[in-house]
Amino acid sequence: MEFEPVIGLEIHAQLLTDAKIFCGCSSKFGAAPNTHTCPVCLGMPGVLPVLNRKVVEFMMKMALATHCVINRECNFARKNYFYPDLPKGYQISQYAHPPAEHGWVEVELDGGKKRIGITRIHMEEDAGKLMHDEHNPASYVDLNRTGVPLIEIVSEPDIRSAEEAAAYLRCLHEILVYLEICDGNMEEGSFRCDANVSLRQRGTEPFGIRAELKNMNSFRNVQRALEYEIKRQQYVLEGGGQVVQETRLWDDTAGVTHSMRSKEEAHDYRYFPDPDLVPVVIDNAWIEEIRKEQPELPLEKRERFMREYQIPAYDAGVLTATPATASFYEATVASFPTINPKAAKAASNWITGDLMKMLNEDKKDFTASPIPPRAIAELIQIIDDGTISGKMAKDVVEEMYKSGKPPGEIVKEKGLVQITDEGALTKTVAGILEKNPEQVAQYRAGKEKVFGFFIGQVMKATGGKANPQLINDLLKKMLAGDR
Amino acid sequence: MELYSLTIHELLDKLRTGETSSVEITASVFGRIDAVEKDVRAYITLMRETALAEAARADLAIRKDGIGALTGIPIALKDICCTNGVRTTCGSRILQNFIPPYDATVVERLRAAGAVFTGKTNMDEFAMGSSTETSFFGATRNPWDLTRIPGGSSGGSAAAVAAGECIAALGSDTGGSIRQPAALCGVVGMKPTYGRVSRFGLVAFASSLDQIGPFTKDVEDCAILMNVIAGYDPRESTSVPEEVPDYRRFLARGIEGWTVGIPKEYFIAGIDPEVEAAVRQTIRVVEGAGAKCIEVSLPHTEYCLAVYYIVAPAEACSNLARYDGVKYGFRSEEGRDLMEMYKKTRAAGFGAEVKRRIMIGTYALSSGYYDAYYKKASQVRALIKRDFDLAFAKCDVILTPTTPTPAFRIGEKTDDPMQMYLSDIFTISTNLAGIPGISVPCGFTAAGLPVGVQFLAGHFQEGRLIQFASAYEKQAHIEKRRPTL
Amino acid sequence: MEKIKISQDEVTHVAHLARLEFGEEEKEKFTSQLNDILRYMDKLGEVDTTGVEPMTHAIVQKNAFRMDVVGESLPPDLSLANAPESRGGCFQVPKVIE
Repeated sequence: MEFEPVIGLEIHAQLLTDAKIFCGCSSKFGAAPNTHTCPVCLGMPGVLPVLNRKVVEFMMKMALATHCVINRECNFARKNYFYPDLPKGYQISQYAHPPAEHGWVEVELDGGKKRIGITRIHMEEDAGKLMHDEHNPASYVDLNRTGVPLIEIVSEPDIRSAEEAAAYLRCLHEILVYLEICDGNMEEGSFRCDANVSLRQRGTEPFGIRAELKNMNSFRNVQRALEYEIKRQQYVLEGGGQVVQETRLWDDTAGVTHSMRSKEEAHDYRYFPDPDLVPVVIDNAWIEEIRKEQPELPLEKRERFMREYQIPAYDAGVLTATPATASFYEATVASFPTINPKAAKAASNWITGDLMKMLNEDKKDFTASPIPPRAIAELIQIIDDGTISGKMAKDVVEEMYKSGKPPGEIVKEKGLVQITDEGALTKTVAGILEKNPEQVAQYRAGKEKVFGFFIGQVMKATGGKANPQLINDLLKKMLAGDR
Repeated sequence: MELYSLTIHELLDKLRTGETSSVEITASVFGRIDAVEKDVRAYITLMRETALAEAARADLAIRKDGIGALTGIPIALKDICCTNGVRTTCGSRILQNFIPPYDATVVERLRAAGAVFTGKTNMDEFAMGSSTETSFFGATRNPWDLTRIPGGSSGGSAAAVAAGECIAALGSDTGGSIRQPAALCGVVGMKPTYGRVSRFGLVAFASSLDQIGPFTKDVEDCAILMNVIAGYDPRESTSVPEEVPDYRRFLARGIEGWTVGIPKEYFIAGIDPEVEAAVRQTIRVVEGAGAKCIEVSLPHTEYCLAVYYIVAPAEACSNLARYDGVKYGFRSEEGRDLMEMYKKTRAAGFGAEVKRRIMIGTYALSSGYYDAYYKKASQVRALIKRDFDLAFAKCDVILTPTTPTPAFRIGEKTDDPMQMYLSDIFTISTNLAGIPGISVPCGFTAAGLPVGVQFLAGHFQEGRLIQFASAYEKQAHIEKRRPTL
Repeated sequence: MEKIKISQDEVTHVAHLARLEFGEEEKEKFTSQLNDILRYMDKLGEVDTTGVEPMTHAIVQKNAFRMDVVGESLPPDLSLANAPESRGGCFQVPKVIE
C-alpha cells in the first residue's frame, strides 16, 4: 500500500512592534527577567488590555501578502488554561471570528511551483517563559515575553512532503522578513512552527489520524522531524497499527519524535469572546492605506531582477533572500551610468561573492556594510576600464571593507594602477627571460607548465600591477618568438 | 449636627466659608468609626493616618488654591478598587495580602479632586453575594438593625455611609451590588451606564457587567461624585469617549410632563407588601410632581436571573483564573507539585460562593455545554436589552422596586444560594442591558427598615436619572431618620 | 425524582478544569446545589432565540486602540513584591511535572 503524507503547518510569528500587544511594555528580546512587565502583562487584579493598533496593521500586511480575505469585523477570545507562564490564566487570542482567511502562497519546488492554501491568520499574545531548576524541585517564571504580539498563520493541509513543508516555511519566513514585521529568528523563538501530520492511502480522500509535532526550532529540524514522523506513521500503519492522535515533541539530539505523555486531559480551552476588548472593524480605506505601503514581495522581486537585470535565477534568488541584500544590489546597479547585463552580473558576483562572505564572517547584514553600493559600482568600472585587474580588485575590495574608503582612493594610495604600457612591460619580460634561461629552455622543450612561473615572475617584478592579459600575450609571443 | 452626618455639599459650603476644616471633618468621621465600627464592621482596612495627612493637605490647598470638587471630603472605597500601596483584598483570603502598585482610575480621579480616603470597605468575596456575608473578613451589619444584613456585595460602603463612617463611598455593581445595599441601608446608590466610569483598577468579577458608582446621602451628592468619577479612560477598551455633562445642572429642573414607565413584570407575587406599598407611594409622588405614569412591559424579565447566573459566572471563572498562587496573593504550602499547588491554593483561597460560581461558569463554557448555556444566555441577553429599548421608546424613565424585601437576617439565606440570588431579581436586568439605574430611599417598614425605589433610564441618561431622583427626593418628604447606633 | 443535570463525576471534572478540589461531603453538597441552579437555568429553553445575535458586550463599540509606544514598566522589585516565592528576578513555582 502506498501512503501519502498530509501536512498542515501552524506558524507563530512575533511581531516587530516596539510595545507589547495590550500594554506599553517593551517587546524587545533579551532583557533581565521580569523587567519588561507591568500590572497589565503581569495579570494583576483589575487591569485591562488595550490593543496596539500596529499589531492589526502588521497582521493586515501579512494577510495582503498571502492573498487572504480581510474580514470587516473580528474579535478577541479568551483561551482558558492554567500554566505558570500564563499570568491571567487565559491567553487573549482570536477564535470564532478571525481577521483574515482563505489565502494562499506559491512556493518554489524543484519540480516547479505549488500553491499552498492559508486557512486563517489571527492575532494573539505570547506567553512567558518557564525555566526548570536542575537541582531543586522548582521552576522559574519570566514574564517579559508575556504579551509580545504574535500572528498565527494556519495553512491548509495542502503539504505533501517534508521538502514542501520546508519550502512553505521558507516562503512565509521570507515574506515576514520582507514586510519587516518579524525578525524571523527561529533560535530566539520569534518564528515558530508546529505541524499536523497524517498519512492517507494515495489517491483517496479521507485524512488519516494526525499527530501534532512541536519543538522544531530550525528549518532543518522541521524537515527532519517531518521525515521521521512520516516514516514512523508509515511503519505503524504498515504493521497494521493505528496512529494515535496526540502531541509529539521533536528530540533534536536523538532525531526522533516522542509522545508528550498523554496525562494531559483532552484540552478544553473554553473559548469565549473577551468582554474586555471590543471588535476590530477594518474598512476598505484602512486596507488601501496598508496596501499602498506594501513592499515588493520576494517572488515578485526575484522575477523582476531576472527580467530587468538579466541575471540568472540563482543570482536573483541569492540577491532577493533578504530585503537588505536586494536593495543593496539595486542601489549598486543604479550607480552605473547605464545599466548593462555585463555590469549587472558583475555586481551580482561581487555582492553575492566577496562582500557577502566578508559580511557573513562579521555576522553583519547588508544594511551594515562598510562598503556602500556606489563603491562596488566604481570598483566594477575601474576593472572594466582596465585601471586595475580583477585580481588586484580582490585585494582592493578587502581594503575597501576594512577602511571604508572608495576604490579610487585605495588604488591611488597604494599606487595600484595597472601597467598597460606595452613597451615597458616588454622590457621587463625580456629581462626575466634573460635571467632564467633554464626555464625558457624547458618551456620551449614543451614543458608548458613553466608558463605560470613566468607570469609569477612578471607579477613579482611589477608589484602585481601588470595587466594580466597583456603579460599573457607578451610572454606567449616572446617565448615562442625565437623557436 | 455632627459633621460626620452632613452631606458633601453641606460640608463643601462649610469648608468654603472656613466654618470648618477637613481635619475637623475627618476627625469627626474617625470619631464616629471608633464609636460604631465594632458593631457595623463596615471596613476591611482603615486608612486613618493617611486620611489625616490628606485632610491637612486639603486644608492647606483650600487656603492656597480655593476648593475643588471634593477637597477635604472623607470618602470610603469598596475594597475592590485598587489603591497604590494599600492592600486591596476584594474580601478574599486569596488577596489577603495583595498590595497593588497602581491606583484604580476612579481613585486617581478622586485623589485629583481632593478627596480624603477613610479606608477600604467590606464586601462579598469578589463581589459575589447580596449580603456581604461571604467576605473572608466577616459579615457587615445593617446599621438600622444589627441582626440584619446590609445588602451586598457593596454592603460595607452602604453601611459606612448610612452609619456616618464616611461622607460618601464608592461601590461596584455587577447585578445590583450598589443599588440593593443602598436600598437596604437607606442611602442613594447609582450604577452608571456601562462604559461611563472607568473599570481600570476595579478587580474584575464579570467584565461585561461590572460598573463603579457612588453611595451618597442624597441625590445632590450623587451628582457631585458622578461629576468626578465619570469620563473616558484610554486604559479601558470598553470606556466610552462620550462627553460627560455637569450632573449638578440636572438637580433643580423638575419632571413636569415626563412619562414614567411602570413595568408590570416587576410587581409580582413574592414582593413584600410593605415594600410594594412604599413603591406605590412613589408613583403618587412623581405624579404629583407632574409626571405621567404608564404601564410598560419588559417581557423577558423572568429570564434575567438565569441569564445573569450564566453570563456572570462564565466571565468570572475566567477572570478569577489569575489567582493561582504564582504572582501575588495567597499560596497554599501543601502542594508538592504545580498541579497540587494550584488546587490547594484555590480550594483554600476562595470561599464557597466564589467556588460555586467558578464551577457554574466553567461548566457553562465547557465543551458540549457552551451553546446550551453561555451562547443561549447571551442571546436571551440581547432580547432583554431589546425589551428596554422598546420600553424607553414610550417613556423617559422606568420605576421599579429596588429589592423584593427589606433587609433580611444575617444567616437567613446563606445555605440556599437560589434564595440569595432572588434578592437581586429587580436589579440584574440593568447590568445585562448596560443601562444606568439609581436607588433612592422611599420610606420605612413598620419595623423601621429602609425601603428603596429604583429608577432606570437609557444608555448615558444619568443626567435624566439625577433630574428625576432629585425631583422625587424634593417632593417625597421622606422622614429624615438616622439609624440609632 | 428531579432530573440530574450534573453528576458527581462531572463535578470532579469541572473542578479539575477550574483547578479546584473538594472534600467528599463538600462535593455532595456542591453537586446538589449546582443541580438546583442548573435546573433553574432550563427556563431559558422556553425562549425562542432563532436568529438572535449573542450579546457579549453591554455597549456596542469598536476599534479601541493604543499607539505602538513604549511606556514605563514596573521596577522589578515591584513586579515581584507580591510574589509568594521568587528567586533571581523570577517568580518561583513548584516544579512542573510534565
